[in-house]
Amino acid sequence: MVEKPKYYIYGINGPVIRVRGGRELPRMSLVYVGAQRLFGEVVSSSGEESVVQIYEDSAGLSAGEEVVPTYAPMSIQLGPGLIGGILDGIGRPLSSIESMAGSFIARGMNLDSLDAEKKWDVTVRIAEGDTLAPGQVFATCRESGMIEHRSMVPPGLKGRAVDVKPSGQFTVTEPVAYLEDERGRRTPLTLAQRWPVRTPRPFASRRSIDRPLVTGQRVIDTLFPVGKGGCAAIPGPFGAGKTVVQHQLAKWSDADIIVYLGCGERGNEMTQVLDEFRELRDPRSGRPLMERTILVANTSNMPVAAREASIYTGMTIAEYYRDMGYHVALMADSTSRWAEALREISGRLEEMPAEESFPAYLPSRLAGFYERAGFVDTLGGEEGSVTVIGAVSPQGGDFSEPVTQNTQRFVRCFWALDRSLAYARHFPSINWTNSYSEYLTDLMPWYAENFGEDFEELRGRVMALLNEESELQEIVKLIGADILPDDQKLVIETAKVIREGFLQQNAFHENDTYMLPAGQMAMLRIILHLYDSARTLVAANVPLRLLTETGIFAELERMKFGLGGGTDPQVYIDKVDAAVEHVRKLNS
Amino acid sequence: MRIEYTGLSEIKGSLVALDGVKDARYDELIELTLEDGTRRRGRVILIEGERVVAEVFEGTSGIDMAGTSTRLTGKPMEIPLSEEILGRIFDGTGRPADGLSEVYAEEMRDINGAAINPVSREYPRSCILTGVSAIDATCTLIRGQKLPIFSGAGMKHNELAAQIVRQAHVASDAEGEKFVIVFCAMGIKNDTADFFRRDFTESGALDRTVMYINLASDPIIERILAPRCALTAAEYLAFTKGYHVLVVMTDMTFYCEALREFSSSKGEIPSRKGFPSYMYSDLASLYERAGLIRGKSGSVTLVPILTMPGDDISHPIPDLTGYITEGQIVLSRELSQKGIYPPVGILPSLSRLMKDGTGKGFTRADHPDLSNQLFASYSEVSSARSLATVIGEDELSQADKLSLKFGSEFENRFVNQGMYENRSLETTLDLGWELLSILPRSALSRVSDKVLDEHYHGKG
Repeated sequence: MVEKPKYYIYGINGPVIRVRGGRELPRMSLVYVGAQRLFGEVVSSSGEESVVQIYEDSAGLSAGEEVVPTYAPMSIQLGPGLIGGILDGIGRPLSSIESMAGSFIARGMNLDSLDAEKKWDVTVRIAEGDTLAPGQVFATCRESGMIEHRSMVPPGLKGRAVDVKPSGQFTVTEPVAYLEDERGRRTPLTLAQRWPVRTPRPFASRRSIDRPLVTGQRVIDTLFPVGKGGCAAIPGPFGAGKTVVQHQLAKWSDADIIVYLGCGERGNEMTQVLDEFRELRDPRSGRPLMERTILVANTSNMPVAAREASIYTGMTIAEYYRDMGYHVALMADSTSRWAEALREISGRLEEMPAEESFPAYLPSRLAGFYERAGFVDTLGGEEGSVTVIGAVSPQGGDFSEPVTQNTQRFVRCFWALDRSLAYARHFPSINWTNSYSEYLTDLMPWYAENFGEDFEELRGRVMALLNEESELQEIVKLIGADILPDDQKLVIETAKVIREGFLQQNAFHENDTYMLPAGQMAMLRIILHLYDSARTLVAANVPLRLLTETGIFAELERMKFGLGGGTDPQVYIDKVDAAVEHVRKLNS
Repeated sequence: MRIEYTGLSEIKGSLVALDGVKDARYDELIELTLEDGTRRRGRVILIEGERVVAEVFEGTSGIDMAGTSTRLTGKPMEIPLSEEILGRIFDGTGRPADGLSEVYAEEMRDINGAAINPVSREYPRSCILTGVSAIDATCTLIRGQKLPIFSGAGMKHNELAAQIVRQAHVASDAEGEKFVIVFCAMGIKNDTADFFRRDFTESGALDRTVMYINLASDPIIERILAPRCALTAAEYLAFTKGYHVLVVMTDMTFYCEALREFSSSKGEIPSRKGFPSYMYSDLASLYERAGLIRGKSGSVTLVPILTMPGDDISHPIPDLTGYITEGQIVLSRELSQKGIYPPVGILPSLSRLMKDGTGKGFTRADHPDLSNQLFASYSEVSSARSLATVIGEDELSQADKLSLKFGSEFENRFVNQGMYENRSLETTLDLGWELLSILPRSALSRVSDKVLDEHYHGKG
């Protein structure tokens, strides 16, 4: 007779499993459920009963099946081989799942995130007897064409290096050296280490944010920048282009590493990222973008509990590379799906619902997530950052719903996507009147140095023109544009150039998909040069019509394609001057 | 041999509870035998110790607590599949509804399916032409896409769906590709189901169509199962048998309402408008079954139809759908009232996959530019119109007058077309340029000069 298992399944309701037998299980610890050993996590315990959420479909489980506790929290294996790969919400490599189970995802596959067989060409960076501190780099290897992987002494360990192997070929689990602490205990140092995903990885100290994540997207870089180590939210109704903005940032921003988290979104979008990022080249290094990208995919039809866990998996990977001294950008698409997963599980646990039946702890969970972003001094003494860009999918496009509202409290940069702009195919559909960036003041010194001393002034004037235009448009809606005086018409014409020429950016045009800071500044200067020159004409009572008929406004709307293709900005300044000169002659 | 349990301990709505049950598996199929010998089927939805709660597909009316015996089958709900299903009609649980015999099963399949591994997906790129200008030019359907039709009560969404089914073909028309239709009806009226059946018969599509029909008067649990049966059949035909499958599902609104009714009978905490909080995941588990898989020749393309309650696009059903599907075709009440068919609202309609499946090498090189410019020009029409209602058409500037002219020609000649009119892509695109030529050339800022030189033939 088989001995009756200590812990067993008592109740099943979707992904929520009630476990009895033995003492209560530690909260947040990992368990294996049933004969198929499905992954699960203890979410609450009370006396004789523990509640477990499982990360896979519960079909086929029955009461009485064994539950095996591990007493350890859910953790992920970190090490070389993550880059270029695609993991599911709990860190299992999807390509290994494919080769084991075929095109459809099977259950009960307990795989580690790293390839255990692969040998890495490792350079050992420590010598026998060296004093080792947490975060210190003990070995490096080339993880991809773009990224050097720096294996660090795990947090919490310090001591002396012993039994150090010479540089050579290692798998992720073969010890490179041992660390001997003061009590003489030996811990192997391997390329792979584990970290519990729900615990933030430690760092030495936080720094203030002083430089932006340069994205090559004009409306973001110039109007609403996000700092490296900051947080930004992209809320927008469906069809407003959240995913395209996320993809653009993942492609062109100047982070060292991109962690792209597809949380409860479409399967085809992940396929698209995989396909495109293998082909597209990083503009700085000329290497394929996939060489700096890690994908975490838990699409909308994959188990909901794993969706809840996926943002922590993504964040832990981002922090791990930050600790090596890299600037990491984490794209989370979408945090609303994560919040809904939280709501779904909370409902099954029969917890008291709060607003819109989201659990009452939604704000604290969101805060916990966004606060893991930051610009830090790492334990190893490097500087590194994690920037978080979270897409929010508000129900019905209504920004007053709980996820958008609570997210707004924890991010300092808000890119509000607008349905009416999207309908007019104005992309990126970031609305310039209700978006904001609180990082702007912190970043001004950097902008003065890198964009130009006049950046602040130019940006201010552009914003003022846009605001003035939106007020004028109210009048135009009532009486038409013909009635306005020429100076107001000029505001409208110039704002149109700003909107269609500058703010609109064609993600699918090779000359326009991203623009370097110099190009962005040149555009601002050219547009305002036209405005100033036209103003002097208007002041001299020259009809504005003469100037618009030269086609110079339409020309500037299209100059981004020219500038993106390498045309000298001076060409456009000259064109503006020529047009103005032409009109002056015509009039006199 | 598994045990039969006699008697039930509780009946509530469509749920029954049994006590003293051992070995019940979550989600397994059960068979109930009533006192009079009739059989019903159900599914385990909750296990608590030795108490098991199951939903009964056919409903619980007429079930007697003491006289009913229950057998656990130990298997999830499965349907029989083989190529013989083509030309057949089934009910929402996959049983024959055309009076013919059971299907000889080559394979039994779990109707819940499994998620396609994102790594195994192939990104959809081949364009399906429908012969409908409003779709082909500005909201192109791509093979493997899920593109719903958002409609409202009384609009001609069924006619449009039938027209798509009649006319759909692939741009790169490779011969010998096998094309079939899976039709799933959820809670629709008998007349509507009849309309589709008649239309498939007339167009000769019936023998390559599989239908899963759940009518308005049929049990709601079957309504929840019907799309799962239909999609399982579609996956089988596509990925096992290599067919290109177009799945038409109507009406998703009734499906969601069934989901809500069932959820509330289970006493779950309701979310927005009373719909269950898992509706997003539930809808995704249906819609995400569309797609292409690397190394397999077939495809599943999904065209779900839903009627927006009160024409409200922000209602949870269209809202959650729009977040999952790859675009949407939105029908407009305004155009419908003007008598325009199909009343496709161009501005809110969108095909997310279109950018990668149109243009050079896919359709015609000028296709994306034309579509972009049509959107931009048409979006200006509405502001000219609202201005005209305030100050009168006569007072408008010349540019606004042309914009009005473009708007009405666009709606009446481009969007509007016959129910049996199958326009070639050439015709559609040329017509688009002809209409854009009403506008002054300088107003077409989305298109490069080179393309304009080739296609613009207005006065300047």
